Formats: sequence, C-alpha cells, structure tokens
Amino acid sequence: MSAASATAPPTPSPVKRIVGALIRTRELGIILALAALICYTAAGNPRFLSGQSVRDILLNTAILAVMAAGQAVVVITRNIDLSVGSVLGLSAFAVATMMSANPGLPMIVAILAGLAIGGVAGLINGVLVRFGRVPALVVTLGTLYIFRGVTYSWAGGQQVNADELPRHFLTFANDSFLGFLPWLVLIALIVVGGVSVMMRNYRVGRELYAMGSSPQAAELAGIRVARNLLGVFVLSGALAGLAGVLFAARFGTVDAAAGTGLELNVVAAVVVGGVAVFGGSGTVWGAGLGALLLTVIGSALAVLDINQFWQQAIVGALIIAAICADRLVAVRIARALRKKDSHV
Amino acid sequence: MAAAPDESSPIPALEVRDVTKSFGAVAAVQGVSFPLYAGEAHAVVGENGAGKSTIVKMLAGVYRPDTGTLAVNGVPADFGGPADAKAAGIAVIYQEPTLLPDLSVAENIAMGNQPLTRLRQIDRRAMHANATRLFARLGVHIDPDRPARGLSIADQQLVEIAKALSSEARILIMDEPTAALSGVEVERLFTVARALRDEGAAIMFISHRFEEITALCQRVTIMRDGRHVCTELVADLSVDDMIRRMVGRELSALFPKQDAVVGETVLEVEGLGREGVFRDISFTVRAGEIVALAGLVGAGRSEVMQAVFGVDTYDTGSVRFLGKPLRAGSPRAAMAAGMALVPEDRRQQGLIMELSVERNVTLPRSRALARLGLLLGGSERREARSWTQQLQTKLGRLSDPVGTLSGGNQQKVVLAKWLATEPKLLIVDEPTRGIDVGTKAEVHRLMSSLAARGLAVVMVSSELPEVLGMADRIVVLREGHVVAQLTREEANQESVMYAAMGQQVAT
Repeated sequence: MSAASATAPPTPSPVKRIVGALIRTRELGIILALAALICYTAAGNPRFLSGQSVRDILLNTAILAVMAAGQAVVVITRNIDLSVGSVLGLSAFAVATMMSANPGLPMIVAILAGLAIGGVAGLINGVLVRFGRVPALVVTLGTLYIFRGVTYSWAGGQQVNADELPRHFLTFANDSFLGFLPWLVLIALIVVGGVSVMMRNYRVGRELYAMGSSPQAAELAGIRVARNLLGVFVLSGALAGLAGVLFAARFGTVDAAAGTGLELNVVAAVVVGGVAVFGGSGTVWGAGLGALLLTVIGSALAVLDINQFWQQAIVGALIIAAICADRLVAVRIARALRKKDSHV
Repeated sequence: MAAAPDESSPIPALEVRDVTKSFGAVAAVQGVSFPLYAGEAHAVVGENGAGKSTIVKMLAGVYRPDTGTLAVNGVPADFGGPADAKAAGIAVIYQEPTLLPDLSVAENIAMGNQPLTRLRQIDRRAMHANATRLFARLGVHIDPDRPARGLSIADQQLVEIAKALSSEARILIMDEPTAALSGVEVERLFTVARALRDEGAAIMFISHRFEEITALCQRVTIMRDGRHVCTELVADLSVDDMIRRMVGRELSALFPKQDAVVGETVLEVEGLGREGVFRDISFTVRAGEIVALAGLVGAGRSEVMQAVFGVDTYDTGSVRFLGKPLRAGSPRAAMAAGMALVPEDRRQQGLIMELSVERNVTLPRSRALARLGLLLGGSERREARSWTQQLQTKLGRLSDPVGTLSGGNQQKVVLAKWLATEPKLLIVDEPTRGIDVGTKAEVHRLMSSLAARGLAVVMVSSELPEVLGMADRIVVLREGHVVAQLTREEANQESVMYAAMGQQVAT
C-alpha cells in the first residue's frame, strides 16, 4: 500500500527512466529484429541494400502498412476486421473500372472513391458488430465472403488490364514526391503517422485504448462506445479502400481476386508489431513496423535464395514469438510493479 | 455551510422521485424517493439486496428507472447512459473499482476531460501535474505514470476517488468506498469529502459502518427489500434505531427446519486463510447439520467455501473431510471425496443453459452412466427423471433446454445435478437468490429433509430470515474473518446483524 508514509517516494533518475521506458517498449524487439535481419542479409548479398531493392521493399510495405494502421486501431479496441482483403479487392476493382471508363479523372478522385467505398463497407461491419451484438470475428468473416462475392459477381470473370487505365493513374505508383520519396510510401507514412498521433495524443485515441482495456469500465467512464466503435470500423474499411486504389495503381491489372488472403498478412503485421490481441495496448507505428518486417523477411528470403515456402513458417513463428514476448513483458512488468509497491 | 441546510431550501441538487426498477420478476427498487441537498452528505443504508446499488446504477445512468424520475436541480433528467449522468455533474465511485488496466493512472483520472493543448492534443504534462496535485490532496503516493494494472484494491479505490475529484462533480456518489481502505486512508477520504461538502457538493454515501455514517453524514435514508423505509436527520436516530429499521421484518414460519440426529463431524476447516481475502477461518460441520455462513456482501463467505471446495487455493490452514485431509485446489478431489458445491450464480457457473434438463442433471456423473464410454439416452433419462421427481421440479419435457425453466426450477435442477452424485457434504451458495417465495419454501423444505437424512449442509446466504430459519449454527464473517459463531438459540436478527456490522451487541 502506498499511503501512510509522509516522505515522497524516491524518483528514479531520468536516465534510468528513459532506459526503463525503452526496455518496456514493445516496438524495440521489432526494430532489433529488423536491424539483425537487414545486416545479415546485406552481409550475404550487398545488392539487398541497392536503391532498387530498397525501393521495392518500401513500395511493397506501403499497401500492407496502410491496412495495418487501420487494423491496429480495430485490434486495440478488442475487435478484429477480417474483411479488409475483400474490401481492398472491391475498391481496387471499382476504382480501376471507374478510371478505365473515365480516363480524365484526376488521381485525387480515385483516392476519394476508394476511401468512400471502403468507408461504407466498414460502416456495415461496425453496425453489425455494435447493433447486432455479434462478435467482430464472426461479422467480418461473413462480410469477407460477402464483399468478395459482390466483387466476383460484378466482375463476372472480367479483369481490368493495365492498358485500359490512364497513364497518370499507373505512374502514380512509381512517381516520386520531390524525386526520391514514392507517393505510395509517402501516403503510407502519412497514414501510419497520422493514425499514430491520433491514437497517442487525442482524446478519441485514448478512448479507444480504454475501450479495449476494459469495455465495461469504458462504458462507465462515459465514453461514447457505440459512436467510437462505428468510427473504428469505418476507419479500417476506408484505409482498406485506400489500399485498394494503391493496389490498382501499382499492379495495373485488377481482377476480382485482388487481395485474396491479404487480411491474414495484415493481422500478422499488427500482432508482430506488438499490438495485444486482447486490446488495450500496442501502437499503430508498431503495426507499421510489423508490416515492414514481414515484407523485409519476404525479400530477404528471396535474396538469400531460401525456399519461399519457408516464409510462411517464419511468419508463423514470429507471431507466436511476438505473443510469447508479450506475455513475458507483462509478467516482468507486473513483478517490477509489485516490487516497487513494497518499497513505498 | 457544514450544517444541514434548513428545510426551506426547496430544490435538491438531485432528487430520486418514486423510482421503480425490476429485473424480470424481481423488483429491486420499488417506489423509492429521497433528496440529496447541496452541501450535505446523505447516507443510504440497508441490508444486502435492499436495492442500494440499483439506485446507484440508476443515478450513474447505467440503468434506466422503469417508473419515476430523477431530477437534477429540480429538472427531470433522463440518462441514456453514463455519459449523460457525467455531463449532469454526477460522479460515481463504485464498490468495485472500474479502472482501465492498460492505461496509466494519470490517464485513468483524466479520461473524458483530459487537459488539451491548443492543437486539441492531450497535454500530458498538465495531466500528470493534475494527478500529482490530486494525490497530494488525498495524501497518497501513487506514481501517475504507472499503469493501473496491478494496483492494490485500496490504491485503485483511491484512484477512483481522485477521478471523481478531478471531474469537479457537484454530486458525488460513493458506493461503499471505504470497504478496502485502512483507517488512515478513510480519514483522508473523509477530510476531502467534508471539504467538498462544505464547498457545496451533494454527497451520497453508502456504507455498512455506522461510525462512518455518523462521522460524515447529516441525513440518512434507510431501505429494506427495495423499499424506502425512512429519511431522517442522522442526529435524530441512534445506531440501534437504524439497525432495527433496516431489519424490521417479522420472521415468518416459512422456514421449517426439521430436527435431525446430528452425527459425526464431516468437515473440519482449521485456520484457513488467503492473503487479502480471508484469514484464520475455523469451523466444523457435522452430518445432519445445516451451518450457515452469514455476513455482508464482500465479507468473504463465498470465497471461503470456494477455497474449501478447491475452486480457489488457500495460503494457510487445512481442510479435513470425513477425517482425512483434503487436497487443496482440486475440485475434482473434493467431488471424488463426496463434496458438492451449488454455486451462487447458477446461470454462469451452475448450469449450461442451452443443454437439456437431463443432460444438466447427469453432467457430473456422465462417466459413471456411460457404457463403454458411450452416453446412451436411456440411463441418463432414468436418472434425471428420478431426481427431478424427488425434487418436484416443474418442467415440460426432460429434453427441454434448462434455460426455459423458471429460476426456482433451475435451482432445483442444479440441486438435482449435485444430489445425483450422492454427496456427504452439500455446499449451497445463496440457494434462493432471485426465486419466488413459494419455490423458496420448497427449496428450504428440501434442504431440511436432506439434512434430516444425514447430509451435512453448508449454506452461504445473505438473507437473514433464511439463515435464522434454516441453520443449526451460524458462522458470522466480517471483513474476512469469523466474528461470531452462534447457535440456533443465540441467534436472532439483531445478534447476527450486529456481529456482521462489527457493532457491540446492545444489552
């Protein structure tokens, strides 16, 4: 117990505090893993760090990171959105169709359309979860199939080819802002950074952590749980929709199967990135790092000439390692706190 | 300001007007009215289940009253949720702390009204300073940056109090805030509460400790069985008056305990303790006897019996059953030795609502009833029919889901389920909670006849008449330890209540 004593508790020195905070940061593990992996791979094959290779990795990360940012927010509120792969497919096909029919439309219209399509899909998820009182896992598993089905029946076996798309739409993926930063990467950075700041520094973000930490207590604290939950699913859907536009621009050829199975990569990125599956903790930029790590692993295996089949096994092992690390950190923090208590 | 405002002050800060709230067939609160005046602390007292916490939840916006209104400063208010109550200036400190475990202490305190910078971002520095200031005011040292997870119950309660203070509420509702606090902390809390009161806040204070009520409150509302008994100035009532009005009902002849031949000792509990929950609990139960564990909610009664049965572990002491030591922490061993536990919450712990009556009855014995590992319908049905008939359970078909039965009949199914294992000791936790009067009597008759047949029964009950009517001996717990062991002859409403509340028996 902490009362009684009249003397102030000893405050740890600032250095100790910062070191302690660093050790407790979940993201540190990912950064270390990334650094080790990059060093090892680059030592084996220096071309791994060539401009083109780095650029490819970043471009591949961008789409995953945009979706992971939305998913991280959903998972922090103790939910999950499995429909993101299908939303990406729907948005990619819709936007590609729109652009091939109206080649004059500027890029920004395509992006807004993707956000809107994804937002509506997310709203459907949110309404079902909140007002249908159905667990998000079940709802979004259902909409995963529904959205995909809608895309298939719309496409009817057709696909949009790169040559049907306007040039400015296709070059968007490869063009760079200020000549060195690809637009795709810039968008991903803005999304991950913006959502991170929202989650960290704004009231609504802290409310979302509260909702994931203890749903009942959040409700008692007067948090507008229903409104926030709808917002979370709309955000996740809209970002998946945005990712659809980026997908169409990057690959040019879009059919109804675009993004199939991607939701698992997104969830993996979030979990590896240190977001607790039971909600309440983890960061959005951690999820972004998770996306980067998964992509780097893929490239590294190719560069090191290791069978691609190993990639999946490694991702799986990473997920389990991330969860074990979580448990371990939680136990250690609990022990540290107890010790601290007994001193006072 | 500290004195009670004169009766002419017409508009209460908060008024409960003729409010009713029912859950299913059970009326938790019926036609209760009382005012909370600004600058006054108002105690609400009553036995377990008198409806105090239901009132708190209505004021907090968690429940909506079925009928009647709540009025803030004379204006009727309809709270759609806790956010509305908060916006109306009501802060609630619940019996059970409701902190957000993953967030820092400072964030918990500030949640909902965090200080903002010009960019509408959260001003962490100000938030931290605010928490530090509040803790200084409460005279406690809690690190504002640590997560709320892992705080002791007392510290959690202190954070809750800081939370209520930070919202600068005009109406502060405290539902047993002192249960987990030590004397020093209670005194600090009261100093702060008195300061708030004198600044013009209205305080509603729920407590079972009369010395706290007389120390803090000017007015008291007494509730019994969901009804309003009276609202008086504290100065006009003695502690005896309050207890009498809280209990105040006649013992009916509803509880016929048959005399049974008391046999050998079945259960010996010796010096049982678990840190922070209960300590030094000793009692024995003999065959043919009904022993009641009485006490207030949170006194540790259910926890003791769960430890005996092995659902929870214990740190010190021992349990001997039928003369042999019983392995700790193993419900399986307890069941094999001949113990049965009918838990408090039959929906959560006692029954599987979707399964049929017969499946539920035979669940603990499914292994014994199976042939070659296969459960065939016939043996299950025979067994279930025999037990449900013995207990006079009213049901449609044995294959109906248990969830379709009434509360009382569900309770009989739970009993049947455990009696089918032919136990030597039956532990029942709140056997008649939420059951109508008629079925209640049947459950009582059943327990009595079981005891007459030589079963040892331990009953945990919050209902005094039930305890007094059924039990051969009463073990009274208060704050985790045994404060009295009363025989049937010594026990009456007053002696049990006095013991449970830690008051001296007035002679």
